[in-house]
Amino acid sequence: MGTVSDTFRVAIIGSGPAGMSAASRAAALGLSHVLIEKTDHLSDTIFKYQKGKHVMATPSQLILRSDQEFDAGKREDILEKWNSRTADLGINVKYEAEVKAIRGTGPAIPGSVQQIVKRNRDGTKDVKELQRHEGPYELELTNGEKLIADTVILAIGTQGNPNLMRCPGGDLPHVTYQLDDPTEVLDEHVIVVGVGDAGIENARGLAEDSAQGNVVSILNRKPKSTNVRESFANAKEPNAKALVEDDADGKLTIRYETEVKELEPGWATLSTRDGEEKIRCDRVIARIGSAPPRAFVENCGIAFTSEDRLAFPQLSPVFETTAPGIFVIGALAGYPLIKHCMNQGYDVVEFINGNTDLKPADEPLLAEKFAGLPKGRSVDEWLEHLRTSISILKDMSPLQMREFMLDSDVRSYAPGEVVFEKNAPGSSLFAIAEGLVHVRIDPNDASKVVPIEAGTIFGEVGLISGRRRGATIVAAEPTICVEISRNAALKLMSQVPPAKREIERISTERQLLQMFGSGLTSADIAEVVETAKIRTVPAGQAIIKEGEDGKNIFVIRVGSMVVEKEVGGKPVFLSYLPAGSYVGEMALIDGGQRTATVRAAIKSEVIEIDGEAFERVLAAKPALMDKARGEMDVRRRTNALIESKKDSFSGVVDLYSEQAKFLVSQGLGEATDVLLIDEKLCVGCDNCEKACADAHEGLSRLDREAGKSFAHLHVPTSCRHCEHPHCMADCPPNAIHRGPDGEVFIDDTCIGCGNCQRNCPYGVIRMDKVPPPKPSLLSWLFFGKGPGPGEPAAKWAKKNMPYNGDPAHDEALDRKKAIKCDMCAGIDGGPACVRACPTGAAIRVAPDEFLTVARLKSETEGA
Amino acid sequence: MASVPGLEPTETAATAEDTTTTDTPRSSRRRTRRNKVTSHDSFLSYANGRWWKIAGLLCLASLLAYIFVPLPAQHFGGTWLGYTLGTIGAGLIVWLTLLGVRKRAMTPGTWSLKAWTSAHVYLGLSLIVVATLHTGFDLGWNVHTLAWALMMIVIVSGMFGIWFYWTLPQALSENRYDEDGAVTEKQMIEQLRSLDRQIHDAAQPLSAEDAAVVEKSLEQDPFDGSIWNRVTARYPNCATRRAAGTLREARAFRPRVADDPLDRVDALLTRKEAMLARLRRHLRLKSLLQLWLYVHVPVTFALLAALSAHIVSVFFYW
Repeated sequence: MGTVSDTFRVAIIGSGPAGMSAASRAAALGLSHVLIEKTDHLSDTIFKYQKGKHVMATPSQLILRSDQEFDAGKREDILEKWNSRTADLGINVKYEAEVKAIRGTGPAIPGSVQQIVKRNRDGTKDVKELQRHEGPYELELTNGEKLIADTVILAIGTQGNPNLMRCPGGDLPHVTYQLDDPTEVLDEHVIVVGVGDAGIENARGLAEDSAQGNVVSILNRKPKSTNVRESFANAKEPNAKALVEDDADGKLTIRYETEVKELEPGWATLSTRDGEEKIRCDRVIARIGSAPPRAFVENCGIAFTSEDRLAFPQLSPVFETTAPGIFVIGALAGYPLIKHCMNQGYDVVEFINGNTDLKPADEPLLAEKFAGLPKGRSVDEWLEHLRTSISILKDMSPLQMREFMLDSDVRSYAPGEVVFEKNAPGSSLFAIAEGLVHVRIDPNDASKVVPIEAGTIFGEVGLISGRRRGATIVAAEPTICVEISRNAALKLMSQVPPAKREIERISTERQLLQMFGSGLTSADIAEVVETAKIRTVPAGQAIIKEGEDGKNIFVIRVGSMVVEKEVGGKPVFLSYLPAGSYVGEMALIDGGQRTATVRAAIKSEVIEIDGEAFERVLAAKPALMDKARGEMDVRRRTNALIESKKDSFSGVVDLYSEQAKFLVSQGLGEATDVLLIDEKLCVGCDNCEKACADAHEGLSRLDREAGKSFAHLHVPTSCRHCEHPHCMADCPPNAIHRGPDGEVFIDDTCIGCGNCQRNCPYGVIRMDKVPPPKPSLLSWLFFGKGPGPGEPAAKWAKKNMPYNGDPAHDEALDRKKAIKCDMCAGIDGGPACVRACPTGAAIRVAPDEFLTVARLKSETEGA
Repeated sequence: MASVPGLEPTETAATAEDTTTTDTPRSSRRRTRRNKVTSHDSFLSYANGRWWKIAGLLCLASLLAYIFVPLPAQHFGGTWLGYTLGTIGAGLIVWLTLLGVRKRAMTPGTWSLKAWTSAHVYLGLSLIVVATLHTGFDLGWNVHTLAWALMMIVIVSGMFGIWFYWTLPQALSENRYDEDGAVTEKQMIEQLRSLDRQIHDAAQPLSAEDAAVVEKSLEQDPFDGSIWNRVTARYPNCATRRAAGTLREARAFRPRVADDPLDRVDALLTRKEAMLARLRRHLRLKSLLQLWLYVHVPVTFALLAALSAHIVSVFFYW
């Protein structure tokens, strides 16, 4: 077509909660508008939720400001309300329209050039420059149609588009990227590309009923292996196993080491290990992941805050991007919750319509945060005050400040009040807005303190390493501090590069001062800090290799490392180094080659310190030298012990070493507290599981039998309380926290989305509904009432659930929640699994105390 | 080369006894007391054999008292020492029975079931001495001796239990390993089911009588069989073994051809046999670990009844 059909005041792209709410406001205000939706229905993300899913409306204290209704409820009800309201308001929706490009049609904006950096796989970067033009904007759709709009609101979310087939013929109509109903495909030759869960489910669905007559092939780039985890790395194990079984049954064909070379109607050419092969093909279903929408957004002239993968577009207080007239709201702007999105939709259209006095809907929330502070300032004044007085916040926009403060807390402290104590767990960062705090460097002597002044930060070690607080902090004057949650701090670091640099510099300096102590000052180590580099080390990579030359010292900032030594041709596990330790000083002090290999147990971050710069510090500070020598001696003794035991107890040393490696491979390298079972003692009574269920509302958080074993040490499926919990990474209501004993727990605001379950690499989170309370133990013992100890059978739970016919009430009972180990926090006596073990098989350990040579010593002496 | 300053062993995440809350104490989440676990011991060696020593002392004291305190030869139970031993014995029996409640009542507190088991084992064994001395070796065909005899049955069954708990767990876990890690009971059953499906499909081309033999293997429930089958892991009526045998026999009389469906079924049946053997070993070990309880617990209740009869009768009719 290629013709310009219409001109609009506002074009809204994406009809999710944000876009739909914006269109509703535009319709209500009578602005000429168009709502562009890729699919044939509104709000595809929520449309795709499973049938009957309960949608939560968090944060509950936030007021909804939208022309659309929204309240917690069933997916169907919510969509129904939105659809009918959209019709009532007369919103102009353009379905099945996908925007390919947005271009300014006005004159070029002088000096406004967007740099688009594309990172290639080989590490090089391509930089493309894009001259911005003023509006009105031309929106080109994939079908060639063009629209013109004065302003554009991007509300496309973060899900992105599926990756496309790039081979010749990849654009043919029989190449598809999804499969709605496998039962509708009959008598076809189908090729499924991609062996993730989506591809596997599609292939199995198409082949399930042989009466459909489909010939299904699924292509896997990886070679065949007896271990499905190797050949199907991106799929869940049960899925992959089922697929392999279907292949063995002849229901479908898995083609290993195969890719599509060329497609033509009816046929596909495959490149295989043994050459090319041409097979029949009526349909291709490509499930090869999806690309985030960043490239599209950048090509609209919108700059992001940084190159970081997690970065969001740069926005003004009214959600305007660096391309004037283009606005970004919703998940793409960094707000994943429905209510936020809907409010922003309303606000952004009000702003576009010239209502500059509108206060954001989060105003009351922020007002509440500042309510407890002295001096009556308005919300805006407080935000400005904090921004200008705290160095790491000074580059933030007012909009970022608002969002940032929603995730953070601000508090005032009287002189002498403790901010946090040594060894308290905590991963938040503190920034001092006013006043002065003291760091107590000697736990026994309150007078030995180091001051930290207003404008700077503290608590950064907990933020970075996830370990406990290293010292007690006390307010020295009336002080106002901002406590920045880990999530907010990470967002800040990805959005504001100078903040990231500042936090890294301070944390490096503090970490070095704290580690080496001995009266060092920041001036002494200025050169060392200056030359220090922060490096990310992938799991398994060595930072130091035995026998190499090198003098640099490594400080483990995030993650953990294992130290190994070649003894008798085999690597023997020497020790485990948690975050906060340093390594590499031996070669520096004594000279000579590296005496052991140090490799990352999990993905880690180290500070690499220039050996020569550090040598100068050592030379100037004899006390530090003595300390380092003392610590070196301890490690020497470990070496000596291993070497000496190796001859007499080589079997034990091997076993110890193998066992340590096994435990590290099972995630102990990032664990803080893990349940282990000694299979020499476990009688399989499952009392641990029963106790767990009885200590926690009837649901067990551990699976004793599952999990892996090595040399009679079993790591059951149960939470490891990781230092940086994977489950926390993407929790929309931010319901996962670390508690006072280091336990990672999920609070009551869980919306049951299942993100944590998917993100946990150890499969320890289950989604389930809470069973009804059981009759007491005694009435079971004497009268046989109820299901007895342990998790009740699903049947019993269903039968005894106190349903009362009220849909809201019954639906709440049926709601699934994420369930995981909380280390029995708040229960006197500690973890029920350990207390309830009759034979002493169940133990809970912290890796840094379990993976020690002390254990080897006691075992060899027992041997 | 490596050291962890400021992170002494007593201050690691899992062990800090003096943990403090942050500046925002959550009143609903109380501080948890954590026990330091760096090494572990079994219920038999718990706390350096604390209960072994206590039980030993109890036995020794009872024996010495029995030997050195001058008492009448008849009706020893009625003397002060008899009453003392009887009271200790009866108290112990009741307390030992309560392990069943302790095990199931997940109440808060610093108790550990391991300590209870340890005490249960050693104090239970000490009853052999305490209660036998209480009889004054005056045994006969009466309700009093019945109580003693039942108690001895309970103790002996308990000794079997200790023996099984001491020897079997290792075998149980070894049987569950394979190269991919531990296989759970559920997975074993799933694997069997999946093999059954494959056998079913592969057996389609077979002749009617061969298929009937194979069908028998599919029909047989792996959980069938008597207690005796379970405990010995011998299943003389195993349809899978019979099917494999019959098919192999039949094949010997037939000309050899490529892609014989019998070969495929045979291979699958062989795999099923191996898997059944593993499941049966698993069930055998699990049964043994529980079997003794089927004597230990019911006889305990009989003992409690006989004990009550004994106590009531001595006070009213002696």
